[in-house]
Amino acid sequence: MAKTKKDSIVEIAVEAAKEVVETVKEAAKEVAKELVEENETIDAKIPEGPLAEKWTNYKAHQKLVNPANKRKLDVIVVGTGLAGASAAASLAEMGFNVLNFCIQDSPRRAHSIAAQGGINAAKNYQNDGDSVYRLFYDTIKGGDYRAREANVYRLAEVSNNIIDQCVAQGVPFAREYGGLLDNRSFGGAQVSRTFYAKGQTGQQLLLGAYSALSRQIGKGKVKMYSRYEMLDVVVIDGRARGIIARNLITGRIERFFAHAVVVGTGGYGNAFFLSTNAMASNGSAAMQMYRKGAYFSNPCYAQIHPTCIPVHGAFQSKLTLMSESLRNDGRIWVPKKLEDAKALQAGKLKGRDIPEEDRDYYLERRYPAFGNLVPRDVASRAAKERCDAGYGVNSTGLAVFLDFSDAIKRLGKDVVEAKYGNLFQMYEKIVDENPYEDPMMIFPAIHYTMGGIWVDYELQTSVKGLFCIGEANFSDHGANRLGASALMQGLADGYFVLPYTIQNYLADQISVPRMSTDLPEFVEAEKAIQEKIEKLMSIQGKRSVDSIHRELGLIMWDFVGMGRTKEGLETALTKIKEVRKEFWSNVFIPGKADDLNNELEKALRLADFIEIGELMARDALMREESCGGHFREEYQTPEGEALRQDDKFSFASCWKYMGEGQEPKLLKEKLDYEFIKRQTRNYKS
Amino acid sequence: MEKSINIKLRVWRQAGPKAKGGFETYELKNISTDSSFLEMLDVLNEQLISERKEPIHFDHDCREGICGMCSLYINGHPHGPDSAITTCQLHMRKFKDGETITVEPWRSNAFPVIKDLTVNRNAYDQIIQAGGFVSVNTGGVPDANAIPIPKKDADEAMDAASCIGCGACAAACKNGSAMLFVAAKVSQLALLPQGRVEAAARAKAMVAKMDELGFGNCTNTGACAAECPKSVSLANIARLNREFICAKIKD
Amino acid sequence: MWLINSSVGRKVVMSITGASLVLFLLFHASMNLVAIISEEGYNMICEFLGANWYALVATAGLAGLVVVHILYAFILTVQNYRARGSQRYAVSAGQKDVSWASKNMLVLGVIVVLGIGLHLFNFWYKMQFAEILHMSGVADVDIAKATDGVYWIKETFANPIYVVLYLVWLAAIWFHLTHGVWSAMHSLGLNNGIWMKRIKTISCIVSTLVVLMFASVVVYYFAMSLCA
Repeated sequence: MAKTKKDSIVEIAVEAAKEVVETVKEAAKEVAKELVEENETIDAKIPEGPLAEKWTNYKAHQKLVNPANKRKLDVIVVGTGLAGASAAASLAEMGFNVLNFCIQDSPRRAHSIAAQGGINAAKNYQNDGDSVYRLFYDTIKGGDYRAREANVYRLAEVSNNIIDQCVAQGVPFAREYGGLLDNRSFGGAQVSRTFYAKGQTGQQLLLGAYSALSRQIGKGKVKMYSRYEMLDVVVIDGRARGIIARNLITGRIERFFAHAVVVGTGGYGNAFFLSTNAMASNGSAAMQMYRKGAYFSNPCYAQIHPTCIPVHGAFQSKLTLMSESLRNDGRIWVPKKLEDAKALQAGKLKGRDIPEEDRDYYLERRYPAFGNLVPRDVASRAAKERCDAGYGVNSTGLAVFLDFSDAIKRLGKDVVEAKYGNLFQMYEKIVDENPYEDPMMIFPAIHYTMGGIWVDYELQTSVKGLFCIGEANFSDHGANRLGASALMQGLADGYFVLPYTIQNYLADQISVPRMSTDLPEFVEAEKAIQEKIEKLMSIQGKRSVDSIHRELGLIMWDFVGMGRTKEGLETALTKIKEVRKEFWSNVFIPGKADDLNNELEKALRLADFIEIGELMARDALMREESCGGHFREEYQTPEGEALRQDDKFSFASCWKYMGEGQEPKLLKEKLDYEFIKRQTRNYKS
Repeated sequence: MEKSINIKLRVWRQAGPKAKGGFETYELKNISTDSSFLEMLDVLNEQLISERKEPIHFDHDCREGICGMCSLYINGHPHGPDSAITTCQLHMRKFKDGETITVEPWRSNAFPVIKDLTVNRNAYDQIIQAGGFVSVNTGGVPDANAIPIPKKDADEAMDAASCIGCGACAAACKNGSAMLFVAAKVSQLALLPQGRVEAAARAKAMVAKMDELGFGNCTNTGACAAECPKSVSLANIARLNREFICAKIKD
Repeated sequence: MWLINSSVGRKVVMSITGASLVLFLLFHASMNLVAIISEEGYNMICEFLGANWYALVATAGLAGLVVVHILYAFILTVQNYRARGSQRYAVSAGQKDVSWASKNMLVLGVIVVLGIGLHLFNFWYKMQFAEILHMSGVADVDIAKATDGVYWIKETFANPIYVVLYLVWLAAIWFHLTHGVWSAMHSLGLNNGIWMKRIKTISCIVSTLVVLMFASVVVYYFAMSLCA
């Protein structure tokens, strides 16, 4: 009896223990599963090995597609900027069938064309101590240690190939009298590694890529769809299999299949309405990918370019950039005396009237080692700091001087004109003042977005078969991009990275036949778009798209701009919700949906900008530190420099879409620095 | 400096490629002279939208004079009365108070109107596709400094390459000729050793495509270069002729 | 055939025929100048360039050049008109660097052709053509006058209407040539950035020279007739 009792007690205990173990096991499993899930999803697939050998190793071991199979595979490339055009051309040269889309009337008009200053490469032609490692290091440091080491190293590695490629295409880079390539300096570097073609480097590089693309279009290897706008990505069984696009001339919604989809549609800076981006630049493709499961990474990293022509009226539609190259010879200053600033603001004084000793060359004062060539975020914040203190030099008090009088004295007007003539002409046409006589007035403006769609080492998003390149991805620039690096990244992705890495994916797709666009996934995606358009057209409210967009832009600039605070960001989130409500209830779109309709195009883009704006504010609120282009006023050093919180925020944020009206889920890609030691950025000594 | 003007706009409106178009007149008040021409059109469009009318469609994108998307034939000049700029860089200070401004789309057989002031310039792309490139594939190219290029040639190539493909040359030409556009590309590549290899074939292919697309014959009036927003030189046309004639004679 | 099919080829034809005609004009004008210096000398030239086989061949060649030049001019104009599209600009403005002549070459050309007609009637018909008639046995031809160029000059330019018509014609030729000469060089590829201004200047000098030489004879003999 006792024995049985004892036995039963033991049994009970054993049972209980078993249960506990089971529960713990279950729980552990759950935890492990979750962990695994997160690890699985945020696997950047960085190859093993030392930094300098990763890319070589990757290429040596990746899967390839043989020529006969390439013919059987279709790839959609959306966008024809530096990344899109170079990718489309390179893929077609290799033998894939490419479908290329752009919203402009010609692929040559993508906004990469507006890049002025130059493109970086570690050629060390100047023998000034440049190297792949140094370019890599400068880029990581410039990005405030928020970029992925392996990607940046690869970028620096292929930078040299880009210059070779462009020269072979007939890009007329500036040359010295000996016939060899010339270089100039850009912010954030102590070497001259920037190659340039007058003040039109972006144009020349893009036309190079465009010519390569045109060659493939002529050969029939690329089918070009211009004046087409992507409206959704179609995912079948977890893989991107095509897109839905609107023919902008006829308004027809069309379906396109491909074995893989590559998106290179640029950044989302136009969420601010006023930016240096082109009028049609938008973040809609990114949002479409995001809604189909691709993570949106670091949305709050937006670059504010220090040298733009200041805002001057309520009618203004965009801001014009003055190339960073101007900081090679131009000196930035504001008056030392507040009364001088007041007189300038009232229009009683001109810049040239203020004597040398009363000028405050604040960048040279604060950052002796880099002077006027500090990185963009640093220069922008310094300008804001001076203007906030009341030293602004134009009628709005939101401008500083960029002065060439010293350079003209030192080099002569002819040399200055030869170097920067077209920029000076541009300034004069807009402002109606002669920059050779009066110093230029400049102010920071939104220019580039470092954040974007998260991609792994292969530039693949978290959706299989969906790739993202150029500014559209969250890129290699970390929290701040150095000047002349955007062109480098776009072309690196398009010419030398994606054409390799996409094969690693496509090698498994060779047996997948071309699919019908009548599959339910296509039909549903198209239907959803039709409904969205019908809804927009039927609102018939009172406000134009632009008026709402301006409102959003102001909120973004005031609260999610150069200086951000917790309260400000919370306000922004509330206000953006109001804008969303206003938009969806009170917008008016004239015309018809099945016609060329600019207003409808803008409305579709604005709908996404509102979502992006919210995501930016959310990300900025989450990131309780200052780094690069993201400056939280609560986190600064006593001297007003950005203060990173490496222990807490050493990761790339990845926002996962959880459904309409739901809060997105935050995942993190931890940034391990194996090869570089994180430091506080120092441009002082 | 900043002041406001009142203007009248005569704008070409056309509902579609086949529709019959015509001029409509609009009055605009208090336009800041510091605003750009396109910003003035934005204001007009806002006005039209507030009247629940369809806004004027016109092409534009970068608004800093480089993408080549904007067009417009303003008071008898492509890109308006100012020189060496595009329409987006044209400012209202170039116009007088009370002035009537006539705005038309590019007129050329090869640039059909799509809607209002928007035209189809696909023909220029087709000309480039016919030969406006150097036939190199990605990768496998020599070092960028392997072939020195005289600075003079590089600079001249750059000047030719600054063409933005906006179509003003053909729009300005009384013959509807695209010679300056073709000449700029042929010149740029003929001046550089990398492009020299295919120079003859390129000149022939591009001219043939240009003719096929229905552009006119150049009679050297020079209107193209005079109106070119990037000041591409007429001398490029002589070079194109030279390249083309030499290529044909060699055949 | 690229001289027919391609736009540049057609311009080459225009240029070569045009340039050849300019050379002829230079020759013709210097020949005319002789009429001022020495009447006998001029008549000797007239005799030399009468209905000889070489002069006839040259004349036929010349006529050929003129016909080709005119034919191409019309073809090009029709093509260019079509290329411009059916819808024309409502407002057109001139450009600073664009000469009036360059935009009106066809109109100027038509005036020139009409002038040639008049000229052929006034001189060629009465001289070389008369000789041809004479040789082919037509009886009532005053062969003596056929080689007396000075007689015809005197007779024609004594009439002020002809003087005015000829001067108008010469003005049209001047305009036509100021654009034509440099344009021909340009179309043949014989131009560049540095030479552009020089060639335009040369063009101006050549056309002025040609027209002055012709006009001087007209004015000289008109003045003479008034004195007489």
